[in-house]
Amino acid sequence: MPVAAKKSDSKKKPDLKTVSNSAPVPDAEEMTRFYREMLLIRRFEEKAGQLYGMGLIGGFCHLYIGQEAVVTGIQSVQEPQDSIVTAYRDHGHMLACGMDPKGVMAELTGRRGGYSRGKGGSMHMFSREKNFYGGHGIVGAQVPIGTGLAFAHKYKGDNGVAMAYMGDGAANQGQVAESYNMAALWKLPVLYVIENNRYGMGTSADRHAAGALYRRGEGYGIPGEQVDGMDVFSVRNAARQALDYIRGGNGPYILEMMTYRYRGHSMSDPAKYRSKDEVSKYKDGHDPLLILRRMMDEQGIAEDDIKAIDREIKDIVNESAAFAQESPEPDPAELWTDVLVKVEE
Amino acid sequence: MPVEILMPALSPTMTEGTLAKWVKSVGDKVEPGDVIAEIETDKATMEVEAVDEGTIGKILIEEGAEGVAVNTPIAVLLEEGEDESAIGNSSSASSSSSSGVSAPADEPAAPAPLAASSESEATQPQGKIVEDRDILYAQGQVIEPVPFDEALFLKNTQDQTVREALRDAMAEEMRRDETVFVMGEEVAEYQGAYKVTQGLLQEFGDKRVIDTPITEHGFAGLGVGAAFNGLRPVIEFMTMNFAMQAIDQIINSAAKTLYMAGGQMGCPIVFRGPNGAAARVGAQHSQDYASWYAHVPGLKVVAPWSAADAKGLLKAAIRDPNPVMFLENEILYGQNFAVPTDEDFTIPLGRAKIEREGKDVTIVAYSIMVGKSLEAAKKLAEEGIEAEVINLRTIRPLDRWTVLESLKKTNRIISVEEGWPFAGIGAEIAALCMEHGFDYLDAPVRRVCAADVPLPYAANLEQLALPQIDEIVHAAKDVCYKG
Repeated sequence: MPVAAKKSDSKKKPDLKTVSNSAPVPDAEEMTRFYREMLLIRRFEEKAGQLYGMGLIGGFCHLYIGQEAVVTGIQSVQEPQDSIVTAYRDHGHMLACGMDPKGVMAELTGRRGGYSRGKGGSMHMFSREKNFYGGHGIVGAQVPIGTGLAFAHKYKGDNGVAMAYMGDGAANQGQVAESYNMAALWKLPVLYVIENNRYGMGTSADRHAAGALYRRGEGYGIPGEQVDGMDVFSVRNAARQALDYIRGGNGPYILEMMTYRYRGHSMSDPAKYRSKDEVSKYKDGHDPLLILRRMMDEQGIAEDDIKAIDREIKDIVNESAAFAQESPEPDPAELWTDVLVKVEE
Repeated sequence: MPVEILMPALSPTMTEGTLAKWVKSVGDKVEPGDVIAEIETDKATMEVEAVDEGTIGKILIEEGAEGVAVNTPIAVLLEEGEDESAIGNSSSASSSSSSGVSAPADEPAAPAPLAASSESEATQPQGKIVEDRDILYAQGQVIEPVPFDEALFLKNTQDQTVREALRDAMAEEMRRDETVFVMGEEVAEYQGAYKVTQGLLQEFGDKRVIDTPITEHGFAGLGVGAAFNGLRPVIEFMTMNFAMQAIDQIINSAAKTLYMAGGQMGCPIVFRGPNGAAARVGAQHSQDYASWYAHVPGLKVVAPWSAADAKGLLKAAIRDPNPVMFLENEILYGQNFAVPTDEDFTIPLGRAKIEREGKDVTIVAYSIMVGKSLEAAKKLAEEGIEAEVINLRTIRPLDRWTVLESLKKTNRIISVEEGWPFAGIGAEIAALCMEHGFDYLDAPVRRVCAADVPLPYAANLEQLALPQIDEIVHAAKDVCYKG
């Protein structure tokens, strides 16, 4: 039976007791783990921004800073056989699914040690091992692909669910509607995650999207929910419920994560289309890491333990940056490899 | 150790900018992500954020300074416990800029020879690996394909239509491999808009033979995702004209991913359906896409003519680990040919077939134009001209070797295609003959193509727009200087 779209109480300050009904109370271990994972993404992205500024990363580089709670919360309730696909703001997803920061950073610098051996770049990395299917540069194209990943999960009967991430801008693409239709029709195990960071490049959501994005599945009978994407526990709770629903054989589910990116659309975007007050409203008042830190303080997690995580993450990120600069450029012969899979005759 | 904060670039092309404003001052503590300054170029203003934690120890470039070069130290950050005296050594200060590291790709990348990355490649210069062929061609080599003894299979044949041969190819591959499935508009209950998938639903069920909504972009992308995740989709387009709705998924997702993934993840998928003109269906349902798809590295493009072609090539395409565009032809669906009955009959991709031997002129064609070229060859024979007709079978990777060997024999060559002339397959054949067969040419290469107009509906105009047998005859005589 289709569940009606609903809106979690995202306008209120995130308060775990009201966000979700049967949500487990977060414990210190989970808080620490989330803090560590989100901090890794934050620091990694800051470092990537710095390397970009130094000319070591070229082309397009879309940073995930501000949105860390979304992928961290969802990843925490996934199962190993699940698959992930996203668009081009993708470094956070790679780190969250356990890809090596060194390999990701070295791909950003276009070096031999990168996940695609320097041939993909920021927007094009993949890991079969981690079931991470990219990394796609065309807005919305990852959504039918994610639907196809789900089709294969169902076909093979492996009980996997595909996580198909998209931005608020991509949610308007025709192929997203096409995907919703097929996924609902065939009850495909796919979780559509709309990361609504409120801007499709420079156009705000209220200027590019009619109606609420989480309700876009209603016509197809796909339940949708709007979630505070800055609070990792709200995200985790919503994702757990959605995944239970999907794994129960009920078909797709839409989660609209209300989030915010602090940086421009890409590194070359000065983000003139929004006010400083707006940015600092999120940064200072609703930052996913600050929200979590406050909870950790209330929980009584020792400052020293947190500092130790900070140092550990700093080291990991510095190592990845060093590796990304030391790793040599690809062998010129790489120009010609991997165009086609070779078939021995 | 103190850390130098460097002038960042807003974009890869920025070399200098104005340090418009310091938001932090000496003595301020900063945390990663804190805005410390603003810089400006003629295009934009951007904030500089701290990457490390520390205290601003010294400001090296004052507010308002113009023309500050990228990577110039603009301030020094002190770590916990350090004071200003540490800055004395700031020449040795660690800056994560590592100015000694040159930016990647300083030197223009010269095309490098194909790497002999494995033993087998190094010892197989004869081009046994068909996937390397276009790369070797880019480096000036035309590779002889591995011989294929088709006669072996022709001992036992049955008469079949192209339609039946395509159906049997799919059915056999579906029996052989559980991961093969067929998806498209009207492929299941309706038994195929052109009845190509007749009986598949009854044999394989609705898990493996799937009717889609009329949403080409969506189901093409779905097929790509399924292929990434271990299946072997056969995606039918009711006609290739509708695949234009899906061309982004075909090219950006299916063809390019293997390369972008550094070889980690390919896309074993077949996109198939009728291509080119049918009969009086107008401009939007009649286009030949061979040259469009053949333009794209990462795709294989196949265009069968006979029923044997259809069966052997489609089976090979389904087994191929790469994305294959399989261009059929509606008019050919009902035509009968002898088809080998052996279930192991597959035709290797990347190999042309000489359908008729001749010594006077070579006619290169694919799909429906092979039949027309054979008809033309009969007429030419009546006039004492023996034409050799090459059925390309695979458009990419192109069997250039067979074309050139024929040219060496006949010294005259024409190409025939249903597509438009501009940057068409004929243009590629002509370029090939210029680059590798110039000394063998006794006449300029001639192309027979569709008229360079959207295909008209009126019967007489349509006839005028599409290549006809007489035109082929005329062009062949032309290059024999017997016009």
